[in-house]
Amino acid sequence: MDNYTLTLQNLTKSFGRRLIFKDINAEFKSGNIYGFAGSNGSGKSTLAKIVAGVISPTSGKVNHAQNGIVINSDNLHEHLGFVSPYLILYDEFSAEENILHFLKIRGLTADKEKLNSLFNDFNLYDRRTDLLKGYSSGMKQRIKFIFALVHNPSLLVFDEPTSNLDIKGKDTVYKIVEQESKEKLVILASNEESDLSLCSETIYVENFKQLEISKR
Amino acid sequence: MKAYSLFKKDWQSELRTRYAINALAMFILVTISVILFSIGQEKISKHLTGGLLWVVIFFSAMSGLSRAFVSEEERGTTLTLHLIAKPSTIFSGKLFFNIILVYLMNLSIVILYSLLFDSFSIQNVWLFFFAAIFGSFGIAVSSTIIAAIISKASAKGTLYPVLAFPILLPLILILLELTKFSIDGKSISASFVELAFLICYDVVMLTASYMLFDFIWKD
Repeated sequence: MDNYTLTLQNLTKSFGRRLIFKDINAEFKSGNIYGFAGSNGSGKSTLAKIVAGVISPTSGKVNHAQNGIVINSDNLHEHLGFVSPYLILYDEFSAEENILHFLKIRGLTADKEKLNSLFNDFNLYDRRTDLLKGYSSGMKQRIKFIFALVHNPSLLVFDEPTSNLDIKGKDTVYKIVEQESKEKLVILASNEESDLSLCSETIYVENFKQLEISKR
Repeated sequence: MKAYSLFKKDWQSELRTRYAINALAMFILVTISVILFSIGQEKISKHLTGGLLWVVIFFSAMSGLSRAFVSEEERGTTLTLHLIAKPSTIFSGKLFFNIILVYLMNLSIVILYSLLFDSFSIQNVWLFFFAAIFGSFGIAVSSTIIAAIISKASAKGTLYPVLAFPILLPLILILLELTKFSIDGKSISASFVELAFLICYDVVMLTASYMLFDFIWKD
C-alpha cells in the first residue's frame, strides 16, 4: 500500500466575482475510491484540478502526503496520474512517441513490458505507432489512461473518465480503477451513476457548497 | 536532462508542425526583400545598414519566438506540461528551444544580409560575434518569459511586441552601438563597457525569468 493521504481544508474557489464552491473539507486515503459529484457547473472539474495542483484555490489548503511526508507542489506531478476530456496530448506524435517523450521529460526510463501491457489493456497495441491526429475521441481518451498510469503514480485523479468511451472501454476503465484502488488513492469526478457506484465515498457539490458525503 | 528531453520533444514537434520555423523564415525573407526594394539603387551608409539588421532581427523574433508557449496554449497542451514537469524544467526546456531558434535565425539573417547588402562590412568580426552571441541570448531569454506571460491573454499577437519593446529596448540600443563599433573597427577592449552591459542584461533577465516563471505558470 502506498499510504497516500490527501486533505482538503476549507477549500474555496471563485473565478473573479463568481463563487464556484466554498468551505470544502475532506480527507482521502489510499486503498479507496472517492467521488466528486454535482450538476453541470457545480465545480467538480475545478475541484479535480485543484486537487491535481493544476490551479490554486482562492482560499483553503490542499495537503498531499505519502508515508507521513508532505509532498511539495512542485513535485506533485511525480505522484499524480490525471485523466480528463480536456487533457490534450500531442497530435503530431504517435501514441507511443507521446508516452516515451513524457517518460523522458519525467526523467524515467521506459519499461517496455509495462508499456506494451498498458497498450494491450486499453486495446491500442496495434495502433500505437499511428499519429494521434488519426485517433477517434474514444481512442484519445484511452491513451490518456496510459499517460496517467505509465509512471506508477500513487494518486489517480480521473475527471469524467468514461466520456467518449464505448461499453468495452468503460469496462476496461472500471477494471483498472478497481485494480489500482487496492494500492492507490483514486478520485473520480463524474455524474455517471456507473462511475460513482465504484466509489466508497462521494462528495456532492451543489449551490456553491459541499452538500454531503455519501458513504457506501 | 529533463529540460533537454522537453527541448527534444519541442524540436521534434517543430520539425513536424513547422509552427515557428515557417513564420520566422517568411518574416526574414519578407523584411529583407522590403528593405532591398525600398533602398533600390540608393547607396545607404554602413551604420544605417547595421541598424536595419537589428530591426529585421527584432521583428523576426517577435513573429516566431512567442510560439514556445503560445502553441501549447492554442493546442490545449499546457495542462499536459503541468502534469509532467516542474515549472523550472518547463522554462529551461522552452528557453533552450528559443536559444537554438534565435541563433539559427540570426545566423541566417547575417548570412543573407552579408550577401545582399554591399554596405554591410564588419571591420572587427570578433566584436560583432560576441555582440551577436550575447545579444541573441538576451533576445531568447526575454522573448521566452514574455511568451509565457502573453500566452494566456486573448490578444497575443498584439500584446507580444508591445510588451517586448520596452524590455528589449535597452538590449537593442546596446546592440546597435556595438554593431556600429564593429563596423568602425573599434577594438574589444574599447567596447568593454557595452559588452559588460550586454552580459549584465542577460544575467538579470535570466535570473528574473526563473524567479517569475513559477508565478506565471501557476494559474
